[in-house]
Amino acid sequence: MSDEEDDIILSELDDEELVAQMFDDLYDGLKEEIEEGVNILLERKWEPYDVLTKALVGGMTIVGNDFRDGILFVPEVLLAANAMKGGMAILKPLLIETGAPRVGKMVIGTVKGDIHDIGKNLVGMMMEGAGFEVIDLGINNSVEAYLDALAAETPDILGMSALLTTTMPYMKVVIDTMVEKGIRDDYTVLVGGAPLNEEFGKAIGADAYCRDAAVAVETAKEFMSRKHNQMAAG
Amino acid sequence: MTPDDSTLRDQGLAPQGAGKVLLLACGALAREILAVKEGNGWDHMTLACLPAILHNTPEKIVPAVRDAVAKHRDSFDKIFVVYADCGTGGLLKAACDEMGVDMVDGPHCYSFYDGNAAFEARNEVTSFYLTDFLCRQFDAFVTKPLGLDRHPELRDMYFGNYEKLVYQAQSRDAALEEKAKACAEFLGLEYEYRFTGYGDLETALTSQA
Repeated sequence: MSDEEDDIILSELDDEELVAQMFDDLYDGLKEEIEEGVNILLERKWEPYDVLTKALVGGMTIVGNDFRDGILFVPEVLLAANAMKGGMAILKPLLIETGAPRVGKMVIGTVKGDIHDIGKNLVGMMMEGAGFEVIDLGINNSVEAYLDALAAETPDILGMSALLTTTMPYMKVVIDTMVEKGIRDDYTVLVGGAPLNEEFGKAIGADAYCRDAAVAVETAKEFMSRKHNQMAAG
Repeated sequence: MTPDDSTLRDQGLAPQGAGKVLLLACGALAREILAVKEGNGWDHMTLACLPAILHNTPEKIVPAVRDAVAKHRDSFDKIFVVYADCGTGGLLKAACDEMGVDMVDGPHCYSFYDGNAAFEARNEVTSFYLTDFLCRQFDAFVTKPLGLDRHPELRDMYFGNYEKLVYQAQSRDAALEEKAKACAEFLGLEYEYRFTGYGDLETALTSQA
């Protein structure tokens, strides 16, 4: 960043300029600036949901698009995510208090034998940003852990993530067990991770393979909308 | 003569040798393949390598292998792809089957150096591996692409779930062992040294001899 930009005083910017500056700060992974921006917008009586969607999610969408297009790389995305996390920490309790719209509920975790959670964490954060309640099971989840969480949380969506070629087949074990127990159709199953692809997603019986966090959010929204339409029609 | 690591990393290696069996390999395996080939006197084998840095973008491996097989297939009697799955999610095997060429069994070089059966039996979920090549090229393959040189605070986001770094040594080299220890310390992981030699790589090459 240039010296000139360093001199910007966020509280002196009008709303539009501040949101634009927060997009830049998110892009640059500046956590403290994002936290400050969130607090300023809240002081200006913005609804927490608007701060989340217009300032944070809007900024992260640009980050996601540039990652997809090869302009940004993993380190920059992680820094941006870390900055967004700072803003989310302020907003989360307020969103609960204000009863912000909830799009759906997701249980997510990496599969047994896989400890790589960067992608899973990004998806979880972006899903929260899109209005989903996210129950994060963490890493290295067995079939039993997934099934217990499905029973306890009754989510709309199950998300499974794997980074390794050796662990991705475990997703099929989970889905097959859901089929055996007659609960497969009760949930939308989304899968993701670097070595996966669409064919694999279809072959194991998932509803969709999601290439990145942005695609996961769009796919989840689409399935929720279909579910609502079916319920309305039924 | 073995090319230098940075060439193997970024450019790979044009076919070296007059043999009619082409070993189409990851640049990270060049030294080891040449050692096995020379040790066994396999003059009928020629080595060509794709850039080792493809390791960091596995989605580019299959198209690169396809292009190389198409380019070289008329000049050789047989091509053996010296890659394991290497993060391609089964797509490399499918491509090799379609092209009618064999490849090395296993998920990645850490597995075949250890021996695929032994590696699977270890079930080491929380280990991060280095080979000789990756130890020498640690900055180019780990530190820089993960941004740890610019943002060391990201370290635990990448490695927080790992417990130890296992240095799988193909050769006995005290200097490399010291470097591997330093890499473990840099990543905040416990350190383990494990001499593997060439493991199933030698077995796989022997099957093509």
